[in-house]
Amino acid sequence: MCQVEEDYKDEALQRTAALSVGQKCMKCKEGCAVVVIRVGDAFCKSCFRDYFVHKFRAMLGKTRLIFPGEKVLLALSGGSTSSSMLCQVQEGLSREASKKLRFSPGIVHIDEGAVCGRSAEERQETLMQLEAIFQASGFPYHIVYLEEVFKLPNSILQSVSSSPTSHGQNYKEAVDDFLQKQREALIDVEQRLTVEDERNVTHSEQIEAKFDQLSTSTAVSEENSATILSETSPSGKWPFTLEQTEAVKELFSSVKTLTAKEELLQTLRHHLILHTARNKEYSKIMMGDSCTRLAVKLLTNISLGRGASLAVDTGFSDNRYGDIMILRPMREYSSKEIAFYNKLFEVPTVFTPALDTKASDKASIHRLTESFVNKLQTDFPSTVSTVYRTSEKLNTACSDINSGVEQTDKCLLCLCIMDTKVEEASAFQATLISEKLSCKQSPDQMPVNKVSEQSCCDNQAEEKGKCCSTNSGACHPPVSNTTTDFLTLLCYSCRLTVKDMVSLSLLPQYVLSEAERRKRRAQVREQIQEFLLPPEDESDENY
Amino acid sequence: LNTVYGLHLGYFTGGAELLFNGTKEQHVKLPSQSEQWDVRQLLVWIKTNLLKERPELFIQGDTVRPGILVLINEADWELMGQLDYKLEDRDNIVFISTLHGG
Ligand SMILES: [Zn+2]
Ligand SMILES: [Zn+2]
Repeated sequence: MCQVEEDYKDEALQRTAALSVGQKCMKCKEGCAVVVIRVGDAFCKSCFRDYFVHKFRAMLGKTRLIFPGEKVLLALSGGSTSSSMLCQVQEGLSREASKKLRFSPGIVHIDEGAVCGRSAEERQETLMQLEAIFQASGFPYHIVYLEEVFKLPNSILQSVSSSPTSHGQNYKEAVDDFLQKQREALIDVEQRLTVEDERNVTHSEQIEAKFDQLSTSTAVSEENSATILSETSPSGKWPFTLEQTEAVKELFSSVKTLTAKEELLQTLRHHLILHTARNKEYSKIMMGDSCTRLAVKLLTNISLGRGASLAVDTGFSDNRYGDIMILRPMREYSSKEIAFYNKLFEVPTVFTPALDTKASDKASIHRLTESFVNKLQTDFPSTVSTVYRTSEKLNTACSDINSGVEQTDKCLLCLCIMDTKVEEASAFQATLISEKLSCKQSPDQMPVNKVSEQSCCDNQAEEKGKCCSTNSGACHPPVSNTTTDFLTLLCYSCRLTVKDMVSLSLLPQYVLSEAERRKRRAQVREQIQEFLLPPEDESDENY
Repeated sequence: LNTVYGLHLGYFTGGAELLFNGTKEQHVKLPSQSEQWDVRQLLVWIKTNLLKERPELFIQGDTVRPGILVLINEADWELMGQLDYKLEDRDNIVFISTLHGG
């Protein structure tokens, strides 16, 4: 510990000493430095670009998770990190053959304007700007509106147990296979051309044309963008009703704290992205989470009690959905690197107001953590990457746990593995205890052994303000069975979010009916319990 | 040293521009003073003259809030002496917010 502190002191000293006006680039020693990254590493514009581009390629190369020809959905908010990610993908696809990225990208954007206080006109204007960027990329794109959560099917909450890649082969084989197919196709083309040649067709032109078609990226994008555009163009009719806009607004205004609103929005956003990926047959999703953002997420998760899902929430790959894997290729970039890259290389971004753009630092746990991490990054830049590297270690340790977990053991909302049954002495229990104790003026009235009864803010409570934290009286209105049952289907942090809601009935139908389905299954299981032979292996209980 | 400085100020991404009434960039003239202006003084001037609301979202203490980056003539202000940088006429100062960008 002492060692660590000394290191940081040194770091702070080095920073002030090493940097000076008109400094040369530390890499090429020639160019004039324009940006300082990490501790005192000053790069010129061109070396910074090399460094940035190389990091992206190295990240994908090292992990070997994206197979050639695979359809990958880029989740783009229009913000700096995801815009920068789009730029890296475009760059990667335009490279010379040996270093070229070989997957086939598409774009999804979730319009959250309904809950961010934006009018239809404002939303339309933002979407026009975004569409201009998406169209320029040439990739197919899908614009989805938060209102569309009301159209989601139950199945979105069911993890698919199949392997994430249907290839059933390793990465090396897949690449060889892909190249082999390309070669065969080429030979095929050439053979046909020799026939056509006899009919006086210019040979080279034909080959070029066929080459173009073979290149996965270009061919796919041009075909698709036209059809998808007409499907979701904001200039046309909105794919949702005014009632749905009102319903989603009502849902969010029924959530009392900003922390819970942020969590709920993230959950619904993930469902919409996943749905788009399944519908349009993408097998991977790329999220634009920077190292800084992941550090914020990691610390927020810890504060929210999402300890059990730290690894999947912040790692490079996230396989909670089973069939579709989430990747976070920007996780090694700090927000500063991204901001500089975008500014220096004119990467277009579109600013969309968040739930609370002008909220204060203390408005939510997420905000508070963000401001903490930013202070860290300013004063001790290397600590932030230390935070996210911690998550990397957790990732290797826990990645196997996810496979082979039964459906019912996954949280209804975030699909992470349930942590609530695991330990009696978990943060969850601790919160319950402290909740009860702080509610009662005299702790003796609430024997500790009763804490297993759940939830105090149930949906029947009509006086929103009167719950839990502030008032000492009227704290535990009779808990309805539905709320209690619902909460048992959730992980610890999703419970906190749902407990913050005034009424469960405002949740979209797919959530409620999937909850019903799981409850019925649990009941059936209970009823037939005595007729079942004791299972030898827990994981075989798939009936 | 009685020159009036004309500066170009830019605000980028993450809502930094919202703090300046939605302005993305503007030219400003700093009043002349006996000594040369530095960035520390510029921030104070911005706070009193340009920030319409919630100045704490932009400035904390005598410097920018953590998470807001400063570029002086297209270069990281860390290379330019940060708050001590002496402003020249027609300098280009850009503030980039890295807060809640996606
Ligand atoms: Zn260089
Ligand atoms: Zn959950």
